[in-house]
Amino acid sequence: MYKGQSGMWSWLFHRIAGLGILLFLLVHIVDIALLNFGPQVYNEGIALFSTPPIRIITLALVAGLFYHSFNGVRIILIDFWPKASRFQGMMFIIVMALTFLCFVGIGWYIVAPIFGIKLGNMPAGM
Amino acid sequence: MRISSGYGSRPVGGGFETFSWYFFRVSGVALIFLAIIHLFLNHVSTDVSCTSYQLVQIRYANPFWRVYDWLLLTLGLLHGMNGLRVVIDDYVRSHGWRLSLQSLLAIVTLVFFMLGTITLIIFHNVPNPGLICPSTHF
Repeated sequence: MYKGQSGMWSWLFHRIAGLGILLFLLVHIVDIALLNFGPQVYNEGIALFSTPPIRIITLALVAGLFYHSFNGVRIILIDFWPKASRFQGMMFIIVMALTFLCFVGIGWYIVAPIFGIKLGNMPAGM
Repeated sequence: MRISSGYGSRPVGGGFETFSWYFFRVSGVALIFLAIIHLFLNHVSTDVSCTSYQLVQIRYANPFWRVYDWLLLTLGLLHGMNGLRVVIDDYVRSHGWRLSLQSLLAIVTLVFFMLGTITLIIFHNVPNPGLICPSTHF
């Protein structure tokens, strides 16, 4: 079917990213449910997400989310605008470029605290 | 019968698969905005180490954020679980296994939807919610 072309890879990445995001969503619904047990339990539980190893894993989520979003737009364009299928290869390159840019931009904020870099998004003493 | 892979030409003829095809696209467009703004709010404008009980209290003082989070929960769960349903249809060939897995999927979806919805509804302020940025890691 799509074997060997960019269409096969875009399809495979889309599926893997989607399943990864779904797995995170299920974990996230459970960690948010810790709110039901009060501030101490919730704050201790959620602190896991600020540890360096989980920050690194979060990068995969961010990459997957942006790829799935931009490639989703590409799929919709191909579905509803017949001429778009002629540019699907070029659109895949644009999808990868936008994913990379957003990944670097947001990813920096997620990993900077690991290196002790303050970005002003952690109000001190609050 | 056409089993939607989410790809290919627009399905015609109505039925659940046609509805599913449109639902992926409509919920997908909404989720791009809902999820990326959510990511920005909890990892950029505020670091994840400050997404504390106190911060939730401040946000949920405005009902807008409860509605926002509920939309993200509902659309995200239905979009994702519908995607997993397509994946099961693609890879599980045996009729019996397929029926069992799809039934399990429906139950799991309902359980997670209820858990998230109940959490959003019954969240309430407490007298000593702790610091906004309580993490001891940084």
